Formats: sequence, structure tokens, C-alpha cells
Amino acid sequence: MKVGVATSSATEALFSNPMRSLLTMLGIIIGVASVMVMMSIGEGAKAQIEAQISSVGANVLNLQPGNMNRGGRNQGGGSGRPFAESDVVGIGELPFVVAATGVLSQQANAVSEEANWVTNIQGGDAGFFEVNNWRVSEGREFTVQEVQGGAAVAVLGKTAAANLFPGGRAIGERIRVNSVPIEIIGILESKGQSGGGGMGMDRDDTMIAPLSMVRNRITGGNRWVSRHVSRIQLLVQDGYDVMQAQEEVTALMRERRKITPGDSDNFAVVNFADMIKQRAAAAETMSMLLAFTAAVSLIVGGVGVMNIMLVSVTERTREIGLRMAIGARGGDILLQFLFEAIALCTLGGLIGMALGWGGVFAYAQIANAPMMVSPVIIATALGAAASVGVIFGFFPARRAAQLDPIQALRHD
Amino acid sequence: MTEVRPIISCRNLSKIYRMGDQEVRALDGVDLDIHAGEFVAIMGPSGSGKSSLMNLIGALDRPTSGEMWINGRALSEMSRDELADLRNETLGFVFQQFNLLARQDAFQNVRLPLRYARKDVGDIDARAKECLELVGLGTRMDHRPMQLSGGQQQRVAIARALSNRPRILLADEPTGALDTKTTDEIMHLMQDLNRQGITVVVITHENEVAGYASRQIHFRDGRIESDSANPDLERATEPRQAAGGRT
Ligand SMILES: Nc1ncnc2c1ncn2[C@@H]1O[C@H](COP(=O)(O)OP(=O)(O)OP(=O)(O)O)[C@@H](O)[C@H]1O
Ligand SMILES: [Mg+2]
Repeated sequence: MKVGVATSSATEALFSNPMRSLLTMLGIIIGVASVMVMMSIGEGAKAQIEAQISSVGANVLNLQPGNMNRGGRNQGGGSGRPFAESDVVGIGELPFVVAATGVLSQQANAVSEEANWVTNIQGGDAGFFEVNNWRVSEGREFTVQEVQGGAAVAVLGKTAAANLFPGGRAIGERIRVNSVPIEIIGILESKGQSGGGGMGMDRDDTMIAPLSMVRNRITGGNRWVSRHVSRIQLLVQDGYDVMQAQEEVTALMRERRKITPGDSDNFAVVNFADMIKQRAAAAETMSMLLAFTAAVSLIVGGVGVMNIMLVSVTERTREIGLRMAIGARGGDILLQFLFEAIALCTLGGLIGMALGWGGVFAYAQIANAPMMVSPVIIATALGAAASVGVIFGFFPARRAAQLDPIQALRHD
Repeated sequence: MTEVRPIISCRNLSKIYRMGDQEVRALDGVDLDIHAGEFVAIMGPSGSGKSSLMNLIGALDRPTSGEMWINGRALSEMSRDELADLRNETLGFVFQQFNLLARQDAFQNVRLPLRYARKDVGDIDARAKECLELVGLGTRMDHRPMQLSGGQQQRVAIARALSNRPRILLADEPTGALDTKTTDEIMHLMQDLNRQGITVVVITHENEVAGYASRQIHFRDGRIESDSANPDLERATEPRQAAGGRT
């Protein structure tokens, strides 16, 4: 088969009637654009969730008071009797627990020399940083001694630091929280948003301080439990089965909280990584579904291309006859029309890609979600378009190739 | 005698068109030999089967029965692709309606058969140019068919038919759409090509046109009515007279 003459004839036909070509391509354009947007959103969500998992840590367990189904939806929790510091110590003594921390948190108004800022103050033990995979980028964490002594020190998240100290220097400065003077000793590395779709909280808008200090001077104590903590977080040893750990922690806490066998838990052990993974799976299913929808529109576009190619073969029957009369083989004609369909679809694919890129960009701006246009997505979108050309171009091309020379020549 | 074997040979050739229960015998048992270098005019009333024969000789159509040989090869034994190659390499076609590709200029039209050629044809562009110059259109290469007169268009079509250096030139009423003066020009061109050794078969209604041929065949009702040398041929082409003169 003569490829050169087939390709040049095909491109010529494509541009001889640009408006019709464009209209024919419309289905492909929309299909490819949507394939691209869907895949990008899916990939973006996946990447975001993966980032969350790595920032939360796959083997962190959270204990919250209150009766909840494991992994249930409502983590707002906190109803029910809080835990005690002794519980944290007890959990910390379990062999597979690398680090554990109690947590007490509250929204509080912080005042620096320069600004006022409402942020989330979290009281934690020295292990808080390790459990939560927080690292300081400047200054230092607080120590076990500072926690025991109830030192008035704090480590600021990036956002809180930027708002309280727009001038920049924060370390060594003092702020007041509920009129308690606190010294800033460190700044945390950024962790960014939590949750997808731009609806998450800014996890850098926080302040971390020794638990005892926060209880004594900011949140106040609890009527029923002395030295209480509202949550407990623990880090399970690498390689240890997190589900197993979850069960052992539950057993220990049932014992400590004196729950008679048969009664339900009045606390919950939650594995955040698990929940995020579940969300990731849901997001994956969703994006598969969307990609499927996009694929359907590609197929519809392909049918449109086939239709126009059939029309084109009929319109150009005489031309086909002439080409055969001067020596074109059936294969040459087949190739010519196949190329035309492929070129039509690939060109549509390119336009659709440009459009899809714009769509992804717009979505990223509006939804404040990360956008991911990977080479894989581009290859998939273009490959899909070209394949549609091959699949839906073949039938009309074969019809052209099988024309009888004399009948084609006589056609009008 | 240059060749013993005719370049075109038909034996008991029939073409029957069936339309519903009606049967049209377009060709009815035609026996015909044409030797290399002949200039044959095929004449006859409308519907007598001239085009039907031409389409068979041109390997565009298959006969209902009978056998034909081009260059010694039986067409019935050739595949679709082989027939395409035969049309490309051995035959050159000229149509009454020119059949040029409207979107391509003269040069591109002439080049087309060369681009479909499977054997090495050398410098395609140079050959196309050469052919256009041969038909006197060297200065009109970038004109599209619309920008050319009828005679010029037919010359482009002839140049296209010649581009692959065919041994046989087939023309079905090539001057049917042209005026007398242009007809003369085209027929002179064909005569020149014939003198250079190309076998020419031309269908025509006009005695004028047939006058250029060395042999005239008359058809009627799908049969050969008469087949004779052209008695009035000016400047007869002696070496081929023998081959052309037989009945
Ligand atoms: N495709 C076809 N289907 C049916 N009948 C046909 C077809 N082609 C030709 N015929 C018939 O075959 C007969 C011979 O036709 P052909 O075209 O060979 O005649 P012709 O001698 O070339 O006539 P003209 O001088 O008008 O071109 C005619 O009766 C015609 O109607
Ligand atoms: Mg005819």
C-alpha cells in the first residue's frame, strides 16, 4: 500500500471542508475533553488522598469517647466521659505502641504584638509530634519535661504563624491565649489542606502546646475525670497489624473503663488511614464511572465520524473509481479513508485535549483542588481518539475499497 | 512483424446486463485482436457496446463470458490487485468527462498514477512535468481543472494517462466535449503518441476523429459489423500497416 498518497489525500479531504470536519469532530472533541477532565480529577483526588494518608500515617489509631460505630461517619464525637492521662500511659505501655499522646483542643483567640488570630490550640504530650507526623521547620518541639512542668510554650502551624507574625520573626516571641502568655518555640512544616474538594480545613492553622498547660490554663479541667484528655492518639509499630492493635487497644480500654462484657463500648478506636482509603476507593469508583461516561461520548462521537465517512465515501465514489482506474489498489483506497477518519479523530482529540486542559485548569481554580494532567492521561486521551478513528473509520474505508471500479466511475 | 502476439486479444467476449427480468446484451461474442502500435478507432451507434468493450479492455469491468488477454496475460486469472497494477502500469485511460480531481492542480493530477505505482518509477515530479510539457501545458502546471479550458483539461487527462508510460492508451470519446479545433489538437497529440509506439484505442462518433486512426472498427448491437484499415489515412504509418490492415 502506498502510504504517502493515502495520507496526503486524507489530509486534503480534511481541510477541503473545514466546517464539516469540525462538526464531525465535535463528538470526539467533547469525548476526549471529558475523558481528560474526568481522569485528571480522579488522579488529582487520588494524589490528594495519598498525600493525606502519608501525612496522617497509615498506622495511627485515634480514641474518642462516646458510642460510635467503628469507622463510622460521625467523628465529631467527644460526648461521653473523657479519657484520663493514666489511660494514655496505659496505652503507651502496650508493646506495639511506639508513641501515644493525649489531646485536648479548643478554638482560642491568640494575640501577638502585631495581630489577633483565632486558631485551634491543641494540647498534647511530647509524643504528639511523632504520632501526628508533624515536624518543626524552625525552632524545636516541646520536651517531656516541659509537658510535665506545664511550661507555657507553643509550636505554631505555618498559617497561624503567618497571621500572628506577619513580620516574619515568631520564635522567641510571646503571644497571649485567654490572657495566658505563651512563648513560641517552634514553627511546624506545612501540611496543607485536609479533605478533598477544597472543603477541608487548613491543618496549618493550629497551635500545639503542652497538654497540662492547656488543661490548667486554657480549657479548664473536667468535672468527672481529673487530668482528663478528650482524645488519645497512638502510633502502632511498623509491621504490626493495625486491626490487631485496634482490638487490643479496645480490650484494654474496656477494662480500664470498666465496661462489663456484653455492654457496648463507650469510646471508639478509629483508624483514619483506613477511612481515607475507603474514601480513595470511593473516589476511584466515581472517576471510573465518569471515565466510562466519557468513553460513551467518545463512542457516540465515533458513530458520528463513521456516519460522515460513509457520506464522504458516497459523495466521492467517482473519485474512488477514478483512482482505481489509474491503478490504486483496494488497499490504497482503504488506507486513504482510514487515515482520513484517524486524522479527523486525532485532530478532534487534540482540540478536545486543549479544551479538556482548560476545563481541568478551571476546575482546579474553582474547586481549589489539585489538577493532574499526567502524560498517561494525554496518551490515553489521544490513543482513545485515534482508536475511535480506526474502529469507526474501518467500515466506511472498507466499503470504499470494495467498490467496483466501473460502477464507481459511472456513479454520479 | 514486430510481435506475433496481439497486445489486446478478445475471444467470444460477452457482456450481459441484467435489470430485473430484462437482459441487455451489450457485447455479444466479440472476437478482436489489436497489435502493438496500432491506432484503432471504434465506432458505432449509441448503445452498440463500444464503452462496454472499452471498460473490459481497460480491466475496469469483467465480462459475462469469454476471455481476454492483455500483453499475453489472461485477465480472468488476475486478482483485483493485479488488475489494479495492470491499469497502473500498462494502460492509460482518457475519459470523455476528463475525470480530473477538482481539488488538485494539473501537476498533482498528472502525478497521481505515479504515486500509486508499485515498481520504481524514478523521479515522480520530473516525470509529471515532462508529461505536461509533452501535451503543451508546461506553463499551466499549478492550474486547477476549473482554471483550464476543456481542451486543456483533456490534455491534462492525457498527460495523466501517459505519466506511467503505458503501452496502451484507451480513450472513450475523448473529444466528445470539445470543439472542432480542440478536437484536432487532441487527435494530433494522440497520433504523435501512436507514432512513438503507444497502441491507441479510441471510441468516437465522429468520422473526423476516426480519420486519424489506421484501423476502424464498427459496432452494432454488441457485435463487430466491420473492421478495416483506414483508406483515407494521410501520412500512413507504414511499419504498422501490415498489422493494422488485416481483417
Ligand atoms: N451499467 C449498465 N447497466 C445496464 N445496462 C447497461 C449498463 N451499461 C450499459 N448498458 C447497456 O448496454 C448497452 C451498451 O452500452 P454501451 O455504453 O457499451 O454503449 P456505447 O456504444 O458506448 O453507447 P454510446 O455511444 O451512447 O456511449 C446499452 O444498451 C446500454 O443501455
Ligand atoms: Mg459509450
